[in-house]
Amino acid sequence: MLETPSVDTALDTTPLGHNVPLAERAYRIRRNALLMGEVQGQGYIGQALDIADVLAVSYFHAMKYRPEDPHWEERDRFLLSNGHYAIALYAALIEAGIVPAEELETYGSDDSRLPMSGMASYTPGMEMSGGSLGLGLSIAVGIGLGLKRKSSASRVYTLFSDGELDEGSVWEAIMSAAHYKLDNLIAIVDVNNQQADGPSTQVMAFEPLVDKLEAFGWFVQRIYGNDMDAVVAAFDAAKSHPEAKPRMIVCDTKMGKGVPFLEAREKNHFIRVDAHEWQLALDALDAGRTA
Amino acid sequence: MSTAANTTAKPRLKTSAMIASIAAEGQRTRPAPFGHALVELAKQRPEIVGMTADLGKYTDLHIFAQAYPDRFYQMGMAEQLLMGAASGMAHEGMMPFVTTYAVFASRRAYDFVHQTIAEENRNVKIACALPGLTSGYGPSHQAAEDLALMRAMPNMVVIDPCDAHEIEQVVPAMAAHQGPVYMRLLRGNVPLVLDEYDYTFELGKAKLLRDGADVLVISSGIMTMRALEVAQRLEADKVGVAVLHVPTIKPLDTETILREAGRTGRMVVVAENHTVIGGLGEAVAGTLLRGGVAPVFRQIGLPDEFLKAGALPTLHDLYGISTDAMAASIKGWL
Repeated sequence: MLETPSVDTALDTTPLGHNVPLAERAYRIRRNALLMGEVQGQGYIGQALDIADVLAVSYFHAMKYRPEDPHWEERDRFLLSNGHYAIALYAALIEAGIVPAEELETYGSDDSRLPMSGMASYTPGMEMSGGSLGLGLSIAVGIGLGLKRKSSASRVYTLFSDGELDEGSVWEAIMSAAHYKLDNLIAIVDVNNQQADGPSTQVMAFEPLVDKLEAFGWFVQRIYGNDMDAVVAAFDAAKSHPEAKPRMIVCDTKMGKGVPFLEAREKNHFIRVDAHEWQLALDALDAGRTA
Repeated sequence: MSTAANTTAKPRLKTSAMIASIAAEGQRTRPAPFGHALVELAKQRPEIVGMTADLGKYTDLHIFAQAYPDRFYQMGMAEQLLMGAASGMAHEGMMPFVTTYAVFASRRAYDFVHQTIAEENRNVKIACALPGLTSGYGPSHQAAEDLALMRAMPNMVVIDPCDAHEIEQVVPAMAAHQGPVYMRLLRGNVPLVLDEYDYTFELGKAKLLRDGADVLVISSGIMTMRALEVAQRLEADKVGVAVLHVPTIKPLDTETILREAGRTGRMVVVAENHTVIGGLGEAVAGTLLRGGVAPVFRQIGLPDEFLKAGALPTLHDLYGISTDAMAASIKGWL
């Protein structure tokens, strides 16, 4: 059973087709993120660019929600575990109409509803406070159990990062989600292989990830998270999978995706972008859009 | 069977068992007051769920689990998950009553309580067994710092009940409060004391249980039980001991504390089953200083050191929180 998103369908999408409209959404999410980064002169831009395709599919293909009513009881819940990806989620929430576009220029400023690390009490559409890593999947387990208690058809989506796999709590949650057969939980792990001290696989080896997750009792798919058709197909399969198991989509992504000179940066966990480069980045993004 | 060769009876070795009863021999007790009160409350509150991290049987939550198996969630030995999942449940409108030991909630899962529950002001009730020095098992299980940690956390209400009578009233009061609550849990056969004092628990209220002209003991938890015993003993020595019971550590009833401590001529003694750092004693001291009240002030509490393993009565004597030790300290200060 596939729900259609109850959002503005001016850019309607066809499941499993060549998803040009979703690519356009992803472009606009990337553009929003770059504009916010420019406001502060910094930000986790590499991550925002790499996860934009997943966010486009989440908000414009997979999830049901009402932009004008972020607390609508029947919405799907989206938990941003990696709070430092807030700039990416704000970019998507603006594109989805949940956060007004004019707030973009307040990003990271005093009294803004868009602080640099994502917090539930600040931002419409933000379901949890992140920042401290490894929290989201545990909360998702509780939400999944709570939705089942209410016989709700809603799902809980959780985005977390490969670095968070270092946290023991993530594995506690992975084990419990399978124990409770949480088929309403769809977790997405962004494997961009970059964390604070270097490549995630070198900071703490986590492969073979698919084997581990399958052994833990999850339905697992691994895709290239910057291939729009693959992302759409994975979300569809995660939603329609018949077994009573939690679902994990392992997304290998490219840091800085869409802006070639940022993709090429070696140290890109927290990208330093010089003042003159923001326009270059926007130009590069535009060039890719029409290519 | 051995013959009666050893004529002198060996003294029975005292135990350092993890769970030692805090009830004195012959003391009136009630079994599992938390578990039974929660079952009662759950009849009216269908949103209540019980969650634990492999300690249901040792936190009296098994009583709830037996009554409402479909509302009980075993999260395994994983306190971080326990707190995160409780936050998620509360996010969906449930009211989780979460149990574990005080050390695990306060020390091990602190960030999860802080970030997923307190920061988001989720309606999660955390009831923790073995508070302060109520286990002889050593520092792994002795929660000497739980009050300091929990009262430092914004949004968190902190309650340290004295006995079974009080726990039965605290449970519905926790549910009536919207937001996170940390309760120190006395489990198993819990002493019954306050039913003889015309006492009713009110969240955020300190209550004067008895008056006296010479000493004001300000106390919480099991130390109130001891303070009442000390007061009775010192009455025989013509020393008047008043006992102000402060079950809500946060928010603190500063008005009552200032009023009672401001009565001239009384030495103020704060007694707590907790390190003297950051608990009730320092909370009261700060209150008095800020309020411009400066009585002679003394603290009874656990020292700033890792506590020994041993039998509880031995340790309570050693660290000055037994009734005998407390009476001796107060007499010495007079």
